[in-house]
Amino acid sequence: MSAPAIEIVGLTKDYTVGFWHNRTRRSLDHLTLQVEDGETLGFLGPNGAGKTTTLKLLTGLIFPTSGTARIRGRSIDDVNMHREIGFLPEQPYFYDYLTARELLDYYARFSNFTKAERGERVGRLLERVGLTSAADIQLRKYSKGMLQRAGIAQAILHDPQVVFLDEPMSGLDPVGRREVRDIIHDLKKQGRTVFFSTHILSDAEMLCDRVAVLAGGKLQGIGASGEVMSLEVHAMDVLFELRPGQDLPPGLAAKVTRIGARCQMEVPESELYAALDRLRAWDARILSVSPVRPTLEDYFLRLVGGASNPAEPRTHAVEVIAP
Amino acid sequence: MSSAPFPVALNTFREAVRDRVLYNLIFFALLLIGAAIFVGQISIGIERLVIINLGLSAISLFGLVMAIFIGVGLVSKEIEKRTLYSLLAKPIRRWEFLVGKYAGLVLTLVVNTAFMTIGLLIALFYVGHPFVASDALIFVAVYFILLELALVTAIALFFSCFSSPMLSTLFTLGIYITGCFAGDIRDFGDFTKSSAMKAITRVIYYLVPNFHNFNAITAASHADSVSLSLVLQNTLYAALYVAVLLVAASAVFSNRNLK
Repeated sequence: MSAPAIEIVGLTKDYTVGFWHNRTRRSLDHLTLQVEDGETLGFLGPNGAGKTTTLKLLTGLIFPTSGTARIRGRSIDDVNMHREIGFLPEQPYFYDYLTARELLDYYARFSNFTKAERGERVGRLLERVGLTSAADIQLRKYSKGMLQRAGIAQAILHDPQVVFLDEPMSGLDPVGRREVRDIIHDLKKQGRTVFFSTHILSDAEMLCDRVAVLAGGKLQGIGASGEVMSLEVHAMDVLFELRPGQDLPPGLAAKVTRIGARCQMEVPESELYAALDRLRAWDARILSVSPVRPTLEDYFLRLVGGASNPAEPRTHAVEVIAP
Repeated sequence: MSSAPFPVALNTFREAVRDRVLYNLIFFALLLIGAAIFVGQISIGIERLVIINLGLSAISLFGLVMAIFIGVGLVSKEIEKRTLYSLLAKPIRRWEFLVGKYAGLVLTLVVNTAFMTIGLLIALFYVGHPFVASDALIFVAVYFILLELALVTAIALFFSCFSSPMLSTLFTLGIYITGCFAGDIRDFGDFTKSSAMKAITRVIYYLVPNFHNFNAITAASHADSVSLSLVLQNTLYAALYVAVLLVAASAVFSNRNLK
């Protein structure tokens, strides 16, 4: 049986703090998790949760206080482990005196490609991340989104089996975010293992097979994204349309939001059929009935005790309808 | 031997070549060599001595400025700008990165020194100085300057692994100045009656590199001979110090957390 793509056992990281370095602050606390080959894992958590610390430990930038980790069976101390991984740091910054082509060619040299192979790969990657037309411009003239794309290109340049992405959508506009999502989708289709940290829950919902939630340096929970989504049904969301000039039916227990003729209400599951009966009796047109499930954000907030303040707006089950 | 240091060295060289500050330095160094022509022309009878003295001093001084100011940023700048994060995720060991950075700056210094030496030779040619066999001493002096710069670069790199550029500059400059006067410091200890002071000055003498030995500028300008044994001794001395400093830098940097 092959080794898991990522195997983390009791990984802990303490930093010394204070003027005399006489105190310690625990940044990561006995993290244990396993990611299978070909899996996409979303690593969620508020700022300071320990996500970047985990990624830095796995990529060898910092050293664990205790615990171990293996990537495709190789210890993180092993330099050859780095042949298996690609890494996009958070808010990447590169040698700004280089062009994107030169930067990728530089990184490709560490994978012992021949000059011809490097040229071919670099050209292909630049095209894949949409930087062909800007390939020969110095990186100091790049926008944040372009730098992010160059960063992704360098991370996957040598076809690594495991790709670590630290906040890959951070600071990108909607188009840029969609492009990065497409790249992650492609990696997933190719069977690569993708481990990405984010505090943008909708990205994790869209891309991940499983999500792990980290807060205060501790793993709070891990589960299939779908499982988390269907943990429980809070209520039912009913969308209906009234006839012109018609008022709401009397005796509806739920709170109704009305925009023109269209109305939306959220009712407890136990009261759904009674509410539907009233609407039918009132001759209202029922447009949709859907369960209100907790979103990843609900899951996330519940685990971290509502202490966080995610940058992304809360995703609602309610559709906003123009009058 | 791994090939990983080579791309790092080439990239460090490329960074220096694309840095405008470097061109300003070379410009001023060539200007100083040019000024040597003027000073030489008003120094009747000792043109050669003045031009070689001033020219080699300019080469040494500007090389030193480059070695220290680029050297102290070799590692710390990469950490500060976080360019190191994506690089060290590649299959490269930390010591390979350090060796690459070191080799890249030494290569830059060699190329710049070569340019400035050509400038000096042109200056000598311009004043109509006929080239004689003793002029080969200019190359010996330049070689010693390069050894000195290689040593200073290794010191700057060592401090760059764990200290800020400002402190690294102070430490490197401090060691360089102490090293230039290492012999005097030892003699000072010998003059004092205090055995403690004598012990301290002895430790300093043996610990810091003796940069005085690398100064062959006066010999070159006066056409005095430099023994082959001094050339070999200086080469070995610099190589040993550089090796020790690179090993120490690797030991420090290999255990450093890149926060």
